[in-house]
Amino acid sequence: MPLRTYGNTMVDVDAEGYLTDFSQWTRAVAEAIAAEEGLAALGPAHWKVIEFMQKEYKENSQVPSIRRLNKSGVASTKELYELFPGGPAKKAARIAGLKKPEGCV
Amino acid sequence: MEDKIKKVSIIISKGGLEGIYPGLIMANGARMEGIETNLFFTFFGMDAIIKKRMGRIKVATVGNPGMHMPSLVGILPGMSAMATSMMKKTMEKLDIPPVPEYIEMIADAGGTLYACKATVDMFKLKKEDFCPQVNSIINVGRFYEISAGGHIIFT
Repeated sequence: MPLRTYGNTMVDVDAEGYLTDFSQWTRAVAEAIAAEEGLAALGPAHWKVIEFMQKEYKENSQVPSIRRLNKSGVASTKELYELFPGGPAKKAARIAGLKKPEGCV
Repeated sequence: MEDKIKKVSIIISKGGLEGIYPGLIMANGARMEGIETNLFFTFFGMDAIIKKRMGRIKVATVGNPGMHMPSLVGILPGMSAMATSMMKKTMEKLDIPPVPEYIEMIADAGGTLYACKATVDMFKLKKEDFCPQVNSIINVGRFYEISAGGHIIFT
């Protein structure tokens, strides 16, 4: 299993850079991954999405879809694409320390 | 990852849920991967963007071998409605939205939707007949111009 260092934290990741052990996730790690994904910074709107995804994952061990995020009122589809340009579901999941989304939607 | 797909143009030419969904799933999936996406609706695929029709698209139970149902059974009243309702329930469980919501989602995700000029003329349609997410009515030549530098998928 590959290891990556973000700041002074070492984390286990899979071949695509998704954390494999959520207990290693910290906000600083999230910020470092976000920078790697090309995001300038994580603002309150980003954190709202990240925290919701983590909560959903904890509750039903599934990474929520864009539709789910949209319907839950966390962020609209448009906002999600603005917050995480070039692939909101995958990027947000990776920053949140979750696994890669599996669904087609 | 040098040869990542950057752009796709997807043609939806067939009607019915089984004709329309694959293209919508491909288009939304492309946007989720950060791929520039155009959607071109033609012939009966156009039902997906016609305001009056987009919410009532059914699955074909006659002449559809994929249904594994003899056509004689398929013609029974209510068969198509029943098959459609079953399919819709399954899709809702999989988080696949109904057609109108899907169209909105793809447009919000930055996909661009076009209607085919030839079909519009043939069915005597007007811009007002289409949902607001439709960018414009274009001819085949313009479709190829728009698709330049990307992949074309025909469904």
